[in-house]
Formats: sequence, structure tokens, C-alpha cells
Amino acid sequence: MDSPYTTVIGLEVHVQLATNSKLFCGCSTQFGAEPNTQTCPVCIGLPGSLPVMNRLAYELSLKTAVALNCEIPEFTKWDRKQYFYPDLPKGYQISQFDLPMSSGGFLEIHDTKDQFEPKRIRITRAHLEEDAGKSVHDEVAGKADSEIDLNRTGTPLLEIVSEPDMRSSAEARAFLDELKLLLLYIGVSDCNMQEGSLRVDANVNLHLETDEGKIATPIVEIKNMNSFRAVERALDYEAARQYRVWQETGQKIGESPKQTRGWDDAEGITLGQRSKEESSDYRYFPDPDLAPVTASPERVHEVKAGLCELPASLRSRLLSEHGLSLYDADVLVNQGRAVVDYFLEVAKQSGDSKSACNWVTQEILRILKDREISIGDFSVSATHLADLLLAVKEEKLPKSRAKDALELMDAKNIEVAEAIEQLGIEQVDESALMTLCQELLDANPKIVADVQAGKQQAVGALIGQAKKKNPNVDPGQVRKICLELAQKD
Amino acid sequence: MLRAATDEVIWCRLFWGVDRHNSDRYFSMSLLEHSACELLQLLEEGKTSSVELAQAYLDAIEARDSQIGSFLRVDAEAAIRRAEQIDRRRGKGEQLGKLAGLPVAVKDVLCDRETKTTCASRMLESFRPPYDSTVVAKLKAADAVLIGRTNMDEFAMGGSTENSAFQVTRNPWDLERTPGGSSGGAAACVAGGMAPLSIGTDTGGSIRQPAGLCGVVGMKPTYGRVSRFGLIAFASSLDQVGPLARSTQDAALLLETIAGHDPQDATSLDVAVPKYSATIKQPLKNLRIGIVREHFAEGLDAEVETAVRDAIKVYESLGATVKEISLPHSKYAVATYYVIAPSEASSNLARYDSVHYGYRTDRAAMLKELEEERKELETAGDQAGLNSLDSPLVRMYRQSRAEGFGPEVKRRIMLGAYTLSAGYYDAYYLKALKVRRLIRQDFDAAFEEVDLIASPVTAQPAFKLGAMADDPLSMYLVDLYTVSANLAGLPGISLPCGFSSGGLPIGLQLQAPPLGEETLLRGAYMFEQATDWCRRRPSLER
Repeated sequence: MDSPYTTVIGLEVHVQLATNSKLFCGCSTQFGAEPNTQTCPVCIGLPGSLPVMNRLAYELSLKTAVALNCEIPEFTKWDRKQYFYPDLPKGYQISQFDLPMSSGGFLEIHDTKDQFEPKRIRITRAHLEEDAGKSVHDEVAGKADSEIDLNRTGTPLLEIVSEPDMRSSAEARAFLDELKLLLLYIGVSDCNMQEGSLRVDANVNLHLETDEGKIATPIVEIKNMNSFRAVERALDYEAARQYRVWQETGQKIGESPKQTRGWDDAEGITLGQRSKEESSDYRYFPDPDLAPVTASPERVHEVKAGLCELPASLRSRLLSEHGLSLYDADVLVNQGRAVVDYFLEVAKQSGDSKSACNWVTQEILRILKDREISIGDFSVSATHLADLLLAVKEEKLPKSRAKDALELMDAKNIEVAEAIEQLGIEQVDESALMTLCQELLDANPKIVADVQAGKQQAVGALIGQAKKKNPNVDPGQVRKICLELAQKD
Repeated sequence: MLRAATDEVIWCRLFWGVDRHNSDRYFSMSLLEHSACELLQLLEEGKTSSVELAQAYLDAIEARDSQIGSFLRVDAEAAIRRAEQIDRRRGKGEQLGKLAGLPVAVKDVLCDRETKTTCASRMLESFRPPYDSTVVAKLKAADAVLIGRTNMDEFAMGGSTENSAFQVTRNPWDLERTPGGSSGGAAACVAGGMAPLSIGTDTGGSIRQPAGLCGVVGMKPTYGRVSRFGLIAFASSLDQVGPLARSTQDAALLLETIAGHDPQDATSLDVAVPKYSATIKQPLKNLRIGIVREHFAEGLDAEVETAVRDAIKVYESLGATVKEISLPHSKYAVATYYVIAPSEASSNLARYDSVHYGYRTDRAAMLKELEEERKELETAGDQAGLNSLDSPLVRMYRQSRAEGFGPEVKRRIMLGAYTLSAGYYDAYYLKALKVRRLIRQDFDAAFEEVDLIASPVTAQPAFKLGAMADDPLSMYLVDLYTVSANLAGLPGISLPCGFSSGGLPIGLQLQAPPLGEETLLRGAYMFEQATDWCRRRPSLER
């Protein structure tokens, strides 16, 4: 790429942890309930109420931090981040400031489209905090009422902050895809962006080579991006905008305050929000209501040992042990562990990774997608699919009928042998096939003549006829025998 | 156990300053004179009933509290109803709680779903919590009769109860003087014979100081000993709930009722609660009393010093050894406290934003004012002023908090916001935390050598109401002897040890190592038995 600038991107991802109850009280975290029905004196901050930490939220964040290769300190504490806003009922958010529960990790990203080299994105820190409530601003003309829903207040969030290690929107996208996949694999979040379980803010600026040497443009924080696609678009837009602004003003980093811009998805532009010049002083201090949390090295080791195989490792195993392409491995791993396990089982029992991969990535995934079901709901087990693959290999099932057999197996919940039987598939022995072909040639002297005149493709018409007479014949064989017989004549 | 009837007549005269009673009145008056433990015995023996007892105290409140002002609210009907229930259950032979039928007054800072909880603040004037604090729940479970809510300094900030947004509380020993604070109502109602037991809270001395100034027993337990759940926070790392009573035995009984681990309070200690009332009468052998060199310095009233030194002599006469110790960092205690407590308070009180509950400024008036300001700025062409004009939301915050909080609360919020702000945090808050640790280390070292530390509670007896109204700094210094226990998380008790020539009570403070409540109570009981200061009652005018 011959861009006049390098885009420098860091991401902040808020992940809602998959707990049933909130971070500091027993209220449900379920999405979509009637406003203000999932609240109690603690999460709405009534006078005298006190927070008590949800141990599971800490354990899930520990698991995530370990999976992100972070260092886990033996001691972490809670801090109050203070600001006034109507959806923050205590006047402070319980978060972690100077002693986060983890720091200094990394996540490796790669690109199947080969737009960039595989690289390691450093994770600055990951810390736990409680979510604020939701403000709903009624924009109806003349009304301008704001309503507050505190159901979300106190929901556990893990904030994952990356270093500014990404150099393009594609890298940012790859980071988000890989992070989401990782979180889904280890089961710490449902990562549902629509429901706000995963939120992304980006910090972006440009590095330019100029006559004066290397310079950087002011950093802009982009918010309001509601999909990964939106993140890519916003980053591309913002890079171009910053370059334009730099050409106009020549403004460098430090010469203007850090700006926050919101992404307008419909317009495809970013809009200036507030300037961080008068950046709020959050007056962080340790929350005296909560005891510090400790994690012994033994505990961290236990968590590490208990982690499932992560996407990156699984992907490289599919490459090295099963000879799949990076593209195929990616397709499988992106489908989640259950599909990978299905594939591995089919490959193992059929002894043919390549076919197993083709069948799973093409047929099975298509069926799942069409029917909107998960692999667990698919009636053909890995063992039965492996049997089908074996039947094809052993020529008990012509390749051309394999899809029919799969459909029948699925529809009737039967095994491959029974499907072969119900489809009336039989081995057609050589002499019967010879007889059939000879009959066809005898009945079609014109075709014989054409073949003899060198038009081999003329036998194509006979293949159809042969299949009509006996659906079990192998078209390739019919073609071969017919050609041989016709030339003999 | 019970004193002879003639004694009661004498005490009644002393206490009430009258000797004309009909027989019913007389008996109910004498009920007011018994200790809580004695009253429990009378109830168990059927010599009185919960209703009779509740009525006697309600009558006393009716008669006295217009002068004293210790109660913010009394719900006589509810108290009688509750007493009736307990009598009925007692009649059926049901198993009753530890305080069955005993009236208990509660400082208006502990949530009770059956009544408002105001913290003596306009901000919470109409706030009714939807839940019970753990302490209130425990009192209810113990079948106590909660007779009323006592006055206090707004949000427990103050040492005279003059910071209450609602009323002044007077010292039963001298109506011109303060009962102390912030648990002024809690101490005054016990001293004034309007409740045998009461619950206070102590952040920098708020139980011990008013107990000392009112001549009753008041105790601040170890931090974490009593649950803070439902206690409306002033300074979370310092606040602790404790008992006020007429005797150490009564204080022990009340403490063991409210103490214990609470899963709803992450800072509460998961340690079994000893039965303080069962061991309190066991004298401490080989008791080592420490007196702090730094405590007997300039500023200590001569009469107070004499009373405290005499008290120490009493301990010597009981076989204790006395040792002078040093708490070198105690001179920084008040300064440290007035960084940490306001810092936490500024944060704890942020929730009173008038959005979800609590006082809110008049909307129409606020919008009108804002509009007028806008017009003025427009007329003047002041664009900068227009740019910085509050949004209606921000103005609602400002105005509501300006109107809802009193001056002392605002002062502390501002102090705390300052000490936590970027650029000052290290110099103030962080440094204060470090000094706090040093103060605790001083105590740890001292308690290697002594079992209890004896000291004055305050440098002076009760001061006149209004005496320090314009001098917040002097008011802060009132906490000199008490704040260290809060900073170090230690238990402390205040008990009467004498009277000034002007007839004002003087208190003795004893402090013990963390979770040393049992030693503290046994030590205090020894003194109480050897002297009669605890039995004196104010001679109130009719």
C-alpha cells in the first residue's frame, strides 16, 4: 500500500461477563426485562446499601485475562470513579484504577485474505467494573423527557484495553474477530453487540513522514460503533478525515486537546462530541466498602491449566495435524468449538481429513445455515457422517449419490447403510454394466458413428439414458465403457 | 439485684426533682430507673409488662423531650402495638428474643423500613428506606421495642448535634449546653431517662464523645464487628455502630445483640461474637493500663485531667499496674481524620443528586431563574457567560444539593473533593492513608505492653450551645482523643468518671486492641463497680 500515512489504532473493548447476577448484588443481568425491574437497594445505590463482590465475575475475568496472556497481580483493589450523571445512581462507578486485575498481555491476529502479516497486539490491561444504567432521551418535539432504566446498572463489565498496535481497519477488525472468538471459546461472554454485551471504542491517529521528520496527528476517540463493520468503516473514514484536517491545519498531537467523535452509521461519518480539554477529574480513590481481591500464583496456574484449547492453537493444530488450509481452518474454528469437534471426529473416524473438511465446511455448514440450527441440533452424528465418507471411499456409495444419502440420513435419522438400501443403491457388476452399455450403443447408431468420427462428447447423451435404466450406475464408468465399446465396433 | 424501694424514691427525687407521684406514676417512674438488665428480669418475672414499660418511657419522652429534643420522631402507637405483641407472645410462653420488650432508641441514620430515615438532613427529610439495616433487623429479631429515632448532626458530621437540620438537642445535665455529637440525641435520651438503651454510630468519636458529655456509657466496637449494612454512610472506613446505655452491663447486652458477621457487608468481620454479658463481671487479673504521655498536654481541662487521673488511681487500687506509653503519631490523628473522613464523605454523599430520591429543588423556579440568567447574559452580550451557563440538569444538581445540605456537610464535601482531586491526591489523601497506618502501628506496639489504654474522652466537659458555631476548626479538635480509635479500627468505650465543679459529667475513655471488646467491657465494669458515677442522674426541672 502506498498510503502517505500510517494509521495507528488502539481499541477499548467492554465485555459483559456471562454471570446470572450483577457484580455487587444479586439482581439478574438478563437482557430485555421491563425497565427498572431488575434492581435492588444495592445497585440503585440507596443510602446505606453496600456492595458485595460477585466471585464468579472475578473468576470469569481472571479466565479471560489468563487467556489473553496477561500478568495477574496477587492483589487487586476496587476504586470509585466519580462523576455526576442521572444513570449513575451512586455518583460513582466501582471500577479499577491503578491496580487492575490484569495487565501486559497480548493477542495474536492473522489475516486469511493476506492483507497483513500475522502479528501480536499487546493488551495494556483488562479490568473489572460495573456498568452504568441506560438513559433514554425522548426526542419527541417539545417533550424532551429523559428516562432512566437501571436494569443494566451494576452489570459486570471487563474492559480490555489494547496498545496502539494496529495499523489498519483490517487489523482492528481481525483483532475484534479474534478477541470475540476467544471470549466465546472460553465462555465468558455471549459477545452480543446488539444487546450491548460487547462495546468497542477506538483511539486513532496518523503517523506521517514529512520534511520535518516523523509527526503524529492528534488522537481521536471514536464511540458509538455498533458493529465490527462499523468499526472498520469509522476507522477508514477517520483516517482519511484526519489526513485532510492535517493537510488543512498542520495540527500535530499535543497541539489540540484529545477529541471524542461519534460514529454516525447512516451518514457514514464521525461527528465531534465533547473535547477532553476540561477532561473530568474522576477523583479515583479506593472503595472503602470492598476488600481487595487476591489471586495466588497457584490459583492463576489452576486457571491456566483449566483453560480450553484457544482458537489460535486449534487453528494451528488443524493446519499441522490435518493438513487443512488456513482458510479452511479459519472457517471451522470461527464456527465454534462444537463444529471443530464435529469435524475432528469425522476426520478421525473416516481417516480422511480433507474429505471431512470439505463435507463439514460445505454441506454441513450450509444445512446449519439454511435451517438456522446449531451443530448440536443436527441429526447426523459425526460417526454417521464418517460412515458415509467411508462408504464413498469403499465405493459402496457412488459419489454422485452421497448428498442424497446424507439428506435421507438427516430426514429419517438413519445410518448410511440403511440410506443406501432405501435409495436402492446396489453395486452394478461389470458384466451387467457392459451389457447395458452395449444395448444403448445398439439402440443409438448415430452416437456410435459420431464417436467413431472423433466426437467423444456424443456419449454424454448415453450417460443420462443409462442412469434412467439403472440409477446405480456410475456415470464415469458408463462413459468409459461406452467409449471403449463404440471404438471397438 | 434490685435496689430497695427507698432508694428508688431517693433516685426519683434526684432524677426528676419532684416527689409528688400517685402510685401508678410512681411505679412507672421507678421503671425508668432500672438498668436494662434489671428490666429484662422484671419482664421475665412478670413484675411489669412490655406495654407498661413502653408506656413509661413514652410518658417520659412526652414529659421531657420538649426540653431536651433528643428524638426526631416517636411513633407511640407503633411502639405500644409492638409491646402488646411481645406481651402476648410472652403470655403464650413463646421463646422471645434477647431484648424482648425493652425499649431501644435508634439514631436516625440506620435504615428501618417502618419509618423514615433522615440523617437529620433536608436531603432525606422524606426518605423512607425499602429495607432494614442489619442492626435494626437484629433489634427487631431480638424483640426490642423501637421507640423512636434520635437526633444527630446532619449525616453524622459534627460534635454537638447542632448541625441537625431539624432541631437542637440539649444536654440533660445543663440545658444550655450541648449533649455532644453526632449521636447527641442517642446520648441525651439515655441520660434523660427516655430510653434504657440506644444505638449510635461513631466515625470519629460520635458515640463516645456524647456519652462522655452526657454521663452515660457509650461504646465504639472494632471496625467490622457490627454490620454497616443499612447504616447511611458518612465515612465508610471509619463508621461503626455501637451501643449507648446507663451501664456497661447494658452496653454489653446491646452489643452482643447487634454484633456479628454480615454477608451483606464485605468489611464485616467473620469472627464469632463472645457473650459479653456473661463474662463482664469477671475482673481482669494483672490488668495493665496504659496512659498516653501525649494525652496530658496543653488544652486539657484541669478538672477533666484530675477526674481521669483519679480514675486511673481507682484501677491501681484494684490491682492494675499503670504504665506510661507513647503514641507518637497521635498528634496527627485529627489532621489525618479530617482528610480521610471528608474524602470518603464527598464520595458517599454524591448519590444525593436529587435524581432518584431525596430533596429536589423546585423545578419551575429553577427554570425561571435559569432563563432570567440567560436573558441577562444575552442582553450583556456575554458569550463566554452564555457558554458556561448551567444546563437545566446541572442546575438541578447544584440547586438541589445547595438547598438540601447544611453548611457543615457542604464544607466536608468540598474538603473531600479537594483532597481527592488530581494533583492533590498524593499530598493529602495518600499521605493521610500512610499516617493512618503509622497510627495503627503505634497502637499495635502499645498493646504489646498494656491491655487497655485509659484517657479522657474530651478535653473539656460539655460546652455551651453555639459556642463553636463560627469556629469549625475548634469543633474538629473536640475529636482529639477519640479519632485515633476510628483511624486504627480499635474498640473504645466511654464511661462516667466524675463531674466538673459545674456539675457536668466527665468521661473516661478506655481503648483495647482489635476485637478486645470483652476485655474492654470487663475493665469498664470493674471501674463502674468501684465507683458510683454511673448511677448519677441529672436533676432536671419539671
